[in-house]
Amino acid sequence: MITLEGITKVYRAGEVEVPALKGISLHIPEGEFIAIMGPSGSGKSTLMNLIGCLDQPSEGRYILDGYDVSVLTDDQLAWIRNRKIGFVFQSFNLIPRASAVHNVEMPLIYAGDSLQRHERAMAALESVGLLDRASHLPNELSGGQQQRVAVARALVTDPAILLADEPTGNLDTESSLEIMKLLRDLNQQGRTIVLITHEADIAAFAQRVVRLRDGVIVSDERQALATEMVR
Amino acid sequence: MSILEGLRLAVNGLLSNRLRSGLTMLGILIGVSAVILLVGVGNGASVAVQQQIQSLGSNLLTVFPSNARGAGGVQQGFGTGSTLTLDDVKAIANRQSSPDVVTAIPSAGGRAQLTFGNQNWNSSLTGTTQDFPSVRNYQLASGQFLTAADVDASSKVAVIGQTVVTNLFSGQDPIGQLIKINRQSFRVVGVFAEKGSSGGFNNQDDLVVVPITSAWNYLLGGRGRNVQQIYVEATSAQATSAATTEVTEVLLDRHHISDPTQADFQILSQQDVLNSASQTTGVLTLMLGAIAGISLVVGGIGIMNIMLVTVTERTREIGIRKAIGARRRDILMQFLIESMFLAGLGGALGILVGFGLSRILPLAVSSLPTPIISMPSVFMAFGISVGIGLFFGLYPANRAARLRPIEALRYE
Repeated sequence: MITLEGITKVYRAGEVEVPALKGISLHIPEGEFIAIMGPSGSGKSTLMNLIGCLDQPSEGRYILDGYDVSVLTDDQLAWIRNRKIGFVFQSFNLIPRASAVHNVEMPLIYAGDSLQRHERAMAALESVGLLDRASHLPNELSGGQQQRVAVARALVTDPAILLADEPTGNLDTESSLEIMKLLRDLNQQGRTIVLITHEADIAAFAQRVVRLRDGVIVSDERQALATEMVR
Repeated sequence: MSILEGLRLAVNGLLSNRLRSGLTMLGILIGVSAVILLVGVGNGASVAVQQQIQSLGSNLLTVFPSNARGAGGVQQGFGTGSTLTLDDVKAIANRQSSPDVVTAIPSAGGRAQLTFGNQNWNSSLTGTTQDFPSVRNYQLASGQFLTAADVDASSKVAVIGQTVVTNLFSGQDPIGQLIKINRQSFRVVGVFAEKGSSGGFNNQDDLVVVPITSAWNYLLGGRGRNVQQIYVEATSAQATSAATTEVTEVLLDRHHISDPTQADFQILSQQDVLNSASQTTGVLTLMLGAIAGISLVVGGIGIMNIMLVTVTERTREIGIRKAIGARRRDILMQFLIESMFLAGLGGALGILVGFGLSRILPLAVSSLPTPIISMPSVFMAFGISVGIGLFFGLYPANRAARLRPIEALRYE
C-alpha cells in the first residue's frame, strides 16, 4: 500500500540546510493500523506531510497505492490527495461557514463526482453517528463531534489510507477515546490508518508503532492489541 | 468543480461578510450608474441640439453677404456687406437654374420695440416674404400669414410669435389688434404656433414678422433696401449640397464674379451646423463617459483590495481545500467567480440606479437635457463591470491558487 524508500527531506533556512528526515524506509501493508511517534523536532510532521502528499521529498521514492508520488505534478498530487488520502487534523480543519454535511461533501465536489453527492455525504455522516447533526455549522458542534465530521469527510471518497495527525490533540479524554474507537472500528473494517501522535496511550490503539528521533526511525515494533485494556 | 458550484461558493462567501461585500459593490454600482447617466446626459444633449437645429429646417441654406471692407481693406463684422438684393432671391428661387431649390426668401431685420396698450416688449423683427413659414418651418396657430399682395403693397401687417403674444396680450386674442412696432402701427394678422425649443439657442418663439418692403419703408430707416440674409429651402436634406452649388453659381453669375474665392457672399447649410454640433456633443459625451469610467476603475481597485483581504483571511480555508483535493484552478475559479459576481451584481444594481437617476434627475434639475440611455451603453457598462471583476480579481485569485497547502494549513 505505502512504500517509502530512502526518503530524505532538507529544509533551507537562509544559508543553512536543515535536514528534517535522513533516510526513512518504511512499508505499510494494506489494512494496517500504524502509529508514528516521536518528540517534537523528530521529523514526524515532515513525514506526515510527505505521506499526505502535501509536500515532496528531497530524495527517495514514495509509492502510494501503486503511484510513484515523488514524480507527480501539483495537480496530480491534488488528485492523489483527493482520491487516495483522507486527512484528519489535530485542529479539525472544517470550513467554518459550511454545514457538517457540506464539509463532508467537499472532497466529492473536487473529485468532480456529482453523482449522489449528498447521499454519500449523509452515509459517511451516518457511519460516524452524526446523521442528526448534518445541517449544523462546525461551531455548533462539540470538539469530538467536529472531529467525527472530519473523519466522515476523510472517508467519503473511500481513500486508500486515512492519515490522522494528532487527531486527539485538541480533545478531552472522553472524546479522544471516542475518536480512537472510531478509528479502530474503521481499521477492523479493513481501512489502512496512519496515526501520528506523541501520546503513548493513543498509540496503544495501533498494531504497529514506529518511533522517530532526529529524522531517523529508531524503533519499529508490532504490539498486541492493547485496546482491550482501555475498554 | 462546476461553475454552479463556484457561484454557490461565491454567494456564500459574500454573504458571510455582508457589509464589506455591500461597500465593495457600491464602488462598482456608482461607477456603472455614473457611466450610464452621464453618457445618457451626453446623448440627450446631442439629440436636443440636433432637434433644435432640425426645427430650423434641416434642408435650409442661409446665404450671407460677405464681410464689408472698410477703407484700407479693414474687414468688418460677419455678414455686414450689402450685396444681396430681392432680385437675387428671385433668381435663386427660379426652378430652371436651380432645380434642387424649392424656394428662397429674403430676410432683413433687427431688434424692435413692440407696444400694445400699456404693455411693451423687445423682440426680434424679421422682414420677409410670403414663403417664410414653409422655408423656416413655422406653423400658424391662428389667423393667416402675409400674402404676396402685402409684400407688394408694403402693408403694415405683422405675424407674431407665442412669446410676444404672452408678453403683450394677457389673454386677449391678438388677431386684428393694432400694435406699435418702433412706434409704427401694424395690424396683427396671424400668430405662429409654438416651436417649443427653448434653452441654449435663440428663442424661436420670440419674433415679429412683417413684409420686407414694410420693414424697409417704415422700420429699418436709413439702411437701404438690402437683404441681410437669404434663406433657401432645398428639396430635401440630402439635396443641400447640390442646392449650395446651384445657389453659388446663380449668385456668382449675377454678381459677375468669376473666381469663387472672391465671392461676395457665403452659404451656410443647416447640415454643416448639424455636423459640427454633433461633433461637439459627441466629444462631450465621450468626455462624460471617460470621467464616469474613471470611477469604474476606482471601483475595480476596491474589488481587488477586498479580494486580497479575503484571500488572506481565508488562507487556512484554502489550505484545507487544497489538502482535500482542490486543484489550482479550482481555487482560482472560486475567487474569480467571487470577484466577478461581486462586480456583476454591483453593475446590475448600478444599471438600475442609473435608470432611476436618469428619470429623477431631470425633474430636480430642469436645465439638464433629458438623458437618453442607449442600450449598447448599458450592455457595455455591465460587460465592463464583469470584466473589471475578472481583471482585478485575477491577481488575488492567482495568489490564492498558488498558496502551498502546508503553509496555508499552518496559517493562523
